[in-house]
Amino acid sequence: MKLEMRDRPGQLVAALQPISAVGGNIIAVIHQRETPAATEALDVQIVLELPEGRLSRLLELLREQGVNVVRIDEERLLYECTLIMIGHLMHTDLSDTVGRIDTTGSAEVTELSLVMPAISSPSSARITIRSTTRTEMKKAIRILRSVAEQKNLLIIEPLEDT
Amino acid sequence: MRIAILGFGSVGRGIARSILAKNLDITVTGLADSRSGIIDPAGIDLAAALARKENGGPCGGPDVTPGDVVAKADYDVLVEVTPTNVDDGEPALGHIRGALRRQKHVVTSNKGPIALAYPELRALAETNGVFLKYEATVCGAIPLIHAMQEGLAGNTISRLYGVFNGTCNYILTRMGEDSLTYEQALAEARELGYAEADPTYDVEGIDAGIKLVILANTILDMQTTLDDVERTGITLLTPEALRLAEDQDCTIRLIGEIVPEAGVLRVSPRIVAKEHPLVVEGTLNAVTVETDLAGDLTFIGKGAGSTETASAVIGDLLYIRERHVQGS
Ligand SMILES: NC(=O)c1ccc[n+]([C@@H]2O[C@H](COP(=O)([O-])OP(=O)(O)OC[C@H]3O[C@@H](n4cnc5c(N)ncnc54)[C@H](OP(=O)(O)O)[C@@H]3O)[C@@H](O)[C@H]2O)c1
Repeated sequence: MKLEMRDRPGQLVAALQPISAVGGNIIAVIHQRETPAATEALDVQIVLELPEGRLSRLLELLREQGVNVVRIDEERLLYECTLIMIGHLMHTDLSDTVGRIDTTGSAEVTELSLVMPAISSPSSARITIRSTTRTEMKKAIRILRSVAEQKNLLIIEPLEDT
Repeated sequence: MRIAILGFGSVGRGIARSILAKNLDITVTGLADSRSGIIDPAGIDLAAALARKENGGPCGGPDVTPGDVVAKADYDVLVEVTPTNVDDGEPALGHIRGALRRQKHVVTSNKGPIALAYPELRALAETNGVFLKYEATVCGAIPLIHAMQEGLAGNTISRLYGVFNGTCNYILTRMGEDSLTYEQALAEARELGYAEADPTYDVEGIDAGIKLVILANTILDMQTTLDDVERTGITLLTPEALRLAEDQDCTIRLIGEIVPEAGVLRVSPRIVAKEHPLVVEGTLNAVTVETDLAGDLTFIGKGAGSTETASAVIGDLLYIRERHVQGS
């Protein structure tokens, strides 16, 4: 997500501490130079990742620091998970497998790499799912697990807690 | 300290060789394999017993059974290192009970009895005022159980996961390195003596699962059986799947995982970043323990092997001697 604020002296420093305090991760700090110097305030954009549910606490802390947040731009699909599937992926309707996740509305398959060594042997695919929230990601993975069971596919999940 | 050894295979002989090589001041007064036994209160000539065994003979005479050794030999500690039976733990389970009832300490590398009957055996050991130690049952040479019971006492363990089976780790390492198929890598593992003729126990995750059960039941206050372990083996893995993982600087490893609070025990192939400390090569084992006070700890070492496993058994023996055995 992006936070925009006026860059008065000291504001940037004041903004950074609360971000790390709520477990956020700063990706970029961008100064908007087009604002006239006469107003003596530059616009600053901070692009950051924030764990779910921490936004209101962050805004509260920023207000306490006297930082004036002009605009918040929340980006969706912050959670990403990559899995590998092995089995007869084409014969068991790969687009249906992908579709079952996409139809949830809150999680979607954003990348798929498929390797098919020979017609009769099992194929392997790497699939990346993105979702808006952790809960939705868990749900998407649950769906994938149950589809895999029905279609006799092997799902390899990442080691990290999903 | 006087000990009796049941089982004179890879582990039993490793113990005998270490006792001979290192002057550990341990006397073996009873010894048995599947067909023979010896009892000698003055101490068995281990070098001679090893030589007999290495020439394909029995370790002792046909008139002495393992049961005789348990019941009649004069020892402080019974060292039970016979093959693992995951169905009923026998005959090891009966032998361990017999020794504990005689107020003898027991040290074992045998997963069956510990996974199946730990609460009962522990109670029996307590009633009789003796120790029951089993460090070698999980991850061979790695002192994981000791670390969790002693060094990390006072910590709460929120998650524990790792590579518990060297055979699978070898197969997956080879599939990743040289794009071997599962069958090719398994054949190679067999040739090198890392896999049994029937590899089911390893490649289907049963071995890893039983180690999870041991850790869960003996250290994490859970009451589980092998049936509680969600289990997926490595037999269906393809070299293409490993390549897809490698494209993203990851690989695939068979991971055993316990999440005590959620009651989860599972063994399954997982995608792991190559730089992760659990990504070890060949037959090594590696386990990460997540704790509240100590943070995360990762243990890496040899999970099997004659002297490596003997190391864990000897560690248990010396632990007992320090604390309990008099006049040694
Ligand atoms: N090898 C390892 O690296 C390792 C690591 C960790 C744990 N373990 C565990 O340690 C135990 C021993 O493993 P190992 O590799 O030494 O096995 P092994 O090489 O197969 O040796 C087993 C020994 O037990 C004897 N035996 C079989 N049935 C018996 C019975 N009913 N009573 C008395 N002795 C009997 C065998 O007799 P014969 O010689 O007459 O056949 C043999 O001497 C197993 O439970 C294994 O799971 C092994």
